[in-house]
Amino acid sequence: MRKVAIYGKGGIGKSTTTQNTVAGLVEMGRKVMIVGCDPKADSTRLMLGGLAQKSVLDTLREEGEDVELDDIRKEGYAGVLCVESGGPEPGVGCAGRGIITSINMLESLGAYDESEKLDYAFYDVLGDVVCGGFAMPIRDGKAQEIYIVVSGEMMAMYAANNISKGIRKFAQTGDVRLGGLICNSRMVDNEKEMIEKFAEKLGTQMIHFVPRHNDVQRAEINRQTVIAWNPEVEQADEYRALAAAIDGNKNFVIPKPMEIEELEGLLMEFGLLDAA
Amino acid sequence: MTIIREKMVQWDPVDIKAKLIAKYPPKVARKRAKQILINEALENETPEITANVRTIPGIITMRGCTYAGCKGVIMGPTRDIVNLVHGPIGCSFYAWLTRRNQTYAGPDDTPDNENFMNYCFSTDMQEQDIIFGGEKKLAAAIQEVYDLIHPKAIGVFATCPVGLIGDDIHTVAAQMKEKLGDCNVFAFSCEGYKGVSQSAGHHIANNQVFRHIVGENDVPKEGKFKINLLGEYNIGGDGFEIDRIFKKCGITNISTFSGNSSYDQFASAHQADLNAVMCHRSINYVADMLETKFGIPWVKVNFIGAHATAKSLRKIAAYFEDQELINRVEEVIAEEMPDIEAAAKDVGTRTAGKTAMLFVGGSRAHHYQELFKEMGMKTISAGYEFAHRDDYEGRQVIPNLKVDADSRNIEEIEVEPDESRYSPRKTPAEIEALAGSGVDLKKYDGMISEMDENTLIIDDLNQHEAEKLVELMKPDIFCAGIKEKYSIMKLGVPMKQLHSYDSGGPYAGFRGAINFYHEIDRLVGSRVFSYLKAPWQKNPELTAAYVWE
Repeated sequence: MRKVAIYGKGGIGKSTTTQNTVAGLVEMGRKVMIVGCDPKADSTRLMLGGLAQKSVLDTLREEGEDVELDDIRKEGYAGVLCVESGGPEPGVGCAGRGIITSINMLESLGAYDESEKLDYAFYDVLGDVVCGGFAMPIRDGKAQEIYIVVSGEMMAMYAANNISKGIRKFAQTGDVRLGGLICNSRMVDNEKEMIEKFAEKLGTQMIHFVPRHNDVQRAEINRQTVIAWNPEVEQADEYRALAAAIDGNKNFVIPKPMEIEELEGLLMEFGLLDAA
Repeated sequence: MTIIREKMVQWDPVDIKAKLIAKYPPKVARKRAKQILINEALENETPEITANVRTIPGIITMRGCTYAGCKGVIMGPTRDIVNLVHGPIGCSFYAWLTRRNQTYAGPDDTPDNENFMNYCFSTDMQEQDIIFGGEKKLAAAIQEVYDLIHPKAIGVFATCPVGLIGDDIHTVAAQMKEKLGDCNVFAFSCEGYKGVSQSAGHHIANNQVFRHIVGENDVPKEGKFKINLLGEYNIGGDGFEIDRIFKKCGITNISTFSGNSSYDQFASAHQADLNAVMCHRSINYVADMLETKFGIPWVKVNFIGAHATAKSLRKIAAYFEDQELINRVEEVIAEEMPDIEAAAKDVGTRTAGKTAMLFVGGSRAHHYQELFKEMGMKTISAGYEFAHRDDYEGRQVIPNLKVDADSRNIEEIEVEPDESRYSPRKTPAEIEALAGSGVDLKKYDGMISEMDENTLIIDDLNQHEAEKLVELMKPDIFCAGIKEKYSIMKLGVPMKQLHSYDSGGPYAGFRGAINFYHEIDRLVGSRVFSYLKAPWQKNPELTAAYVWE
């Protein structure tokens, strides 16, 4: 089983990209589990056709220790297994601690056992690596490959660089590696070239460039992935391509995060290209 | 006296200091050297020591945490304020009645004779409360306490995890206070990790007691000479003995902060005309705030040691400038002293010339030297766990104290004179006249000036240095706290706890002095400790060296 974690700046489209990609993997015959690591518990919405999932932490709180795997795991689109960690309301408690508790609970319940015959487990993680709890999926023995969703916007690249620092820290003591950058286009000037260059500087690859298309939004309104909503549209092929690239990926590295000045320079270089 | 001299020539303080820090890596040695001071007579100033700085990680310090200082030391001894600890159960359980602070609520038929000290209150936070936040559980716990025992006040204490997850305990406290109506609820952000020692917790407790309780009760308190006793915690009944003496002298103690205290005492403290400060370190903030807001001056006192007690009583009497009181105090002293002198003379035949080391508190290491002096014993080394430079060098250094990130992290509250109740008890001219007659208000000279030349003064002593010090200077008795007790006894030296008094006390005031003489006589006269030898002291198992050696 390959354990994959998706990181990236808040609002960049991690959950959307993850679920659409998983739909592509499913088409290829892969068996997948998605573990949402976000207190909002919205990482599996497109798989389940809505926010129907009871989170691990809510279940744990209500049921006490008497929890079964079936209480917290739900089958969604095309047999994809969906789990939501859940967490506190905004502004209270400790969501990071919640993720640690939740992942430990999944492990002890055997969600990753060979008998489950999973090809992939995807962790969809909230925002940046802000504290120990949110780094849980990249600690030793959890996720082994990381993809960072990024765009050509400056703050998204800052976040990606920062996440790379987190990955480097855990890569030095464990087997976690960076598998590549997924560019979720925001129609920034020279975006593709810039992210390719950025990936090269980090020592990795841009695994796929996902163009911006309103079909993604249309599918979301219908609580579906693009492939499920309309398998014929062009955007569906983009996610199929991304799924195939991940499935065949052999390029796993310890990232080399950039210095801030260097990163600013990169932005300047590609931003000015257009102005000139 | 000859014995003292013999002991003195056995060691050279410069050499001792070098040996204490010899095993440290260079950077650690450099830092510790600034906290180890050889007392020398400088012409116009006191030698400077570094204090109230972070303990170096890895060093086994004698210090406690901020929560311990706030909940355990300052708020613990008040009998009718429920101390509700917001956190996992251990923080409450292990801070429950461990300081031997005593209280007496009065006979059973006394109205309001509530005493909740023998109960242990905690929100018992679980993992779920950490993840989802503990505010609702805290509110429920406050309600439960209220429904069960209907106290006048509930104090909420934050433990480390509460600070990490950001539970807003102050808002919960304010909401519950409003909801309950007749119960004062307030909270302390005294997470253990704050500050460099328990001293931060004292400051936090001082602030909240002043902000939420002091001045709440304006029902007049009777008494001709009304004082508050600040920084006395009634360990082993010290406060009972001091109160006995006050009563005998005709002095009314409105409120003790906080030994044997009650909510009403704190609430009425603004009615006193003088604040007598015992432990300067833990309570000077309240003394200063009472002066600014209500105009009550403070004077430093010490009721540890019979002569110090007499001196302090005379100071209080001189402050009130009342001949009747002055005469009464003299009568009391004359009445109490013969027993003390007889006891001192008796034990002195055995204790004179013996040596002591004191490493405790933020004032105790200073105050107890008085008792040893009365027994003819010499303090050869002393230091505080959590004091600041002013407790060593005197308050004149306060304007020059370095404000660092750690001290800035502790709230400093701004106090204004009270609109209706501010009334300076003395005019500036009267204060000056008092100073001329030897009653210096707002003055504390610290420990250093009262110690002999060539003694060693060590701040934040640790396990390694304590053992080394005992090995090199061989004191006849070592005084510190529970963490040090057994390691010192294993070195063959008698050890007396001056936080909790082991199982003894009171040691304050006149009768307390006699108790202390007998206790120390018994300890330093015993040879049992020197017969103790651990197996490895006869046959060393292993030898090793540090990598940097």
